[in-house]
Amino acid sequence: MTLADLDRGQRAIVVGYSDVVEPSTARRLFDLGLVPGVEVTMIRRAPLGDPVIFQVGDYEIALRGAQSDCITVESAG
Amino acid sequence: MGHAHHGGGGSTTANIGLKRFAVVGSPNSGKTTLFNALTGLHAKTGNYPGVTVARFEGRMRLDDRDPVVVEDLPGTYSLDPISPDEQIVVDVLDTDHHGADHHGADHHGSDHHGAAVDVPDALLVLLNATTLRRSLGLVAQIQQTGLPICVVLTFTDDLARRQGRLDVPALTRALGVPVVTVVAGHRDGLADLRRAMAESDSWSTPVVAPPTDPAEVTAWIESVLASSDYQVPEVDHRTRRIDAVVLHPVIGTAIFLLTMFLFFQTIFTVAAPLQGYVEAGFGWLGDLVAAHLDIPWLSAFLSQAVIGGVGSVLVFLPQIALLFVLIAVLEGTGYLARAAFLMDRVMARAGLEGRAFVALLSSVACAIPGIMATRSLPSARDRLATMMGAPLMTCAARLPVYILLVSILLPAGSRIGPFSGRGVVMFALYLLGAVSAMLVAAVFKKFTSRGGPVLPFYMEMPPYQVPRLKTVAAEVWTAVSAFLRKVTSIIMVATVVLWVLLNLPLRGDAELTAAGVDTGSETAVAAYVIDHSYAASVGKAVEPVFAPLGFDWRINIGILSSLAAREVFVATLGQVAAAENPEEPAAALTAMRVQDGPQAGRLLFDAPTIAALLVFFMYALQCMSTVGVMRRESGSWKWPAIAFCYMFALAWMLGLAARTVVAALW
Repeated sequence: MTLADLDRGQRAIVVGYSDVVEPSTARRLFDLGLVPGVEVTMIRRAPLGDPVIFQVGDYEIALRGAQSDCITVESAG
Repeated sequence: MGHAHHGGGGSTTANIGLKRFAVVGSPNSGKTTLFNALTGLHAKTGNYPGVTVARFEGRMRLDDRDPVVVEDLPGTYSLDPISPDEQIVVDVLDTDHHGADHHGADHHGSDHHGAAVDVPDALLVLLNATTLRRSLGLVAQIQQTGLPICVVLTFTDDLARRQGRLDVPALTRALGVPVVTVVAGHRDGLADLRRAMAESDSWSTPVVAPPTDPAEVTAWIESVLASSDYQVPEVDHRTRRIDAVVLHPVIGTAIFLLTMFLFFQTIFTVAAPLQGYVEAGFGWLGDLVAAHLDIPWLSAFLSQAVIGGVGSVLVFLPQIALLFVLIAVLEGTGYLARAAFLMDRVMARAGLEGRAFVALLSSVACAIPGIMATRSLPSARDRLATMMGAPLMTCAARLPVYILLVSILLPAGSRIGPFSGRGVVMFALYLLGAVSAMLVAAVFKKFTSRGGPVLPFYMEMPPYQVPRLKTVAAEVWTAVSAFLRKVTSIIMVATVVLWVLLNLPLRGDAELTAAGVDTGSETAVAAYVIDHSYAASVGKAVEPVFAPLGFDWRINIGILSSLAAREVFVATLGQVAAAENPEEPAAALTAMRVQDGPQAGRLLFDAPTIAALLVFFMYALQCMSTVGVMRRESGSWKWPAIAFCYMFALAWMLGLAARTVVAALW
């Protein structure tokens, strides 16, 4: 499952990044707090469907489908 | 979003030899607010060598010793840079390889030479207490630089409001460096920080430096948070409630469109009366000059060149100030990030992203801050595409030209439906400019997309805040002072040069009589002198180029002079008209007729010609400052040259098209 699969209000735990992610992108996702083990909640979609706002740890960030699709997560119950 | 200041000018060279503090932190950590609080309105702007990343530094006094310099670095999430903004932070903090070449981040197309950047003596690292977990990673990276650091905690009041908790003395022990708390908006909010800065020579350093390996960094962050008894703040319910409305698919979209509409309405309706006061002031000045000056040429110079020319441009000061107030307020509340979020999908159609929307919106004030705002875009291709489109947004310099032309075209009372006819035409001009900017950006994005890395899109959604008066004031002041500098330098010089060219060569009475001019009438003499001036010869020389668009030599001179600054066009026509009818220059302009050629006798400013002029001004890149900024931001003359040529070609062809269409319909 990836971050892009989450429905509104659904929570998940970041597991890692998919293999296609460039090292520089992975590094930036890490610096943005999208680290393995962190809890992520899907908050809302933009009116036109993309991007999507996620609560990551203690703050909110908007990601496009292209990014959220390469962050693997597991459901947090 | 991005760096909050713009404008430019001033100098940062006077601060050599003083102790330097640099303010480092992620976007939304309150950097700009703190910087303004520390340095007041005394900040100087300049540029970093090699790139036009604006550099802001100011002096402050800590005690009786020499003042210290505070430098505001661009916001960054990481010291692994992916945008030019972030590269600058790395360059400034790089104590080992100062001036040397560096690796990475070369894909954004700017030429960094990194040389001659002053290394700060100490760093103030800003940490937003509500996003501590994420922010500590940056602290770990910054500690690797070996520079003395002091951590400055911001938003602790927000943390408390949202039921979070943090033991500051314990955090100090865990990090091994001084930690101070600042409270924005409090008189004594900076007292601790000032005390800490005064003692910067004895700042403690950690016994063991933080780790660099990602997994170890995560563990280190956890241990620091645990030992400082950090309780994650609750969700900001106020922000969630506002977002539920503002980002609602239907209501949110309506609010966005309404905000944009009100944005432009305010600029016109609120500024109009203020503009009247400025005009009245210049009218009074003009009367004063006429009443007390007996030297005819000096009186003419002051009333035509200085008051008529420069004054006609200065009239737009209220509009420019208001524009920047609105942008600063939108940015300060956090709404600009939401607007970018809402527009991201639309921008994606042009191959761009939401942050490019912010750059384009800034271009409504001026293309220069707009082009500078592209620095927040990680992708080099996005930057170039946005840069190519940005000058098509209707900037404040076009405003005087549009207002003058539209008011000749339509009488004040004209209506289109329930709206003011002039207002509708103005709105259409803004809209057309925006659509053109998007189309051009899309085309350039298509042609420059040749592989290259796909960079991630991410945008932090900061909690809503009440904008700080001081931050808004600082931004407006920067913009207003930049405009005043422009008026008193380049516009003033261009106007005076034109006045000279329009009034030379001098004509003797014998020559005037021989030409059949009534030497008793000052107006007739003035008109003859201008019609046969050096400026007229130049204007007539380029007539073959502009004749298809219906422009005569007087308009041509206006266009050529507008290369100094677009506003000079208004000043030039003002001078020509004032010579023909000093009492009512506006009426003279409306009544002006083509003097010779096949169309002699036609009203010069008829509807087709005005349409062609409006369209020409919409597309032509007449601003040399924009060309200069493009050169520096893109790192070569290639892009400004392409922009200048494509925009001139578009301006000429679409101007001709507009003329043809309006002539057929009017």
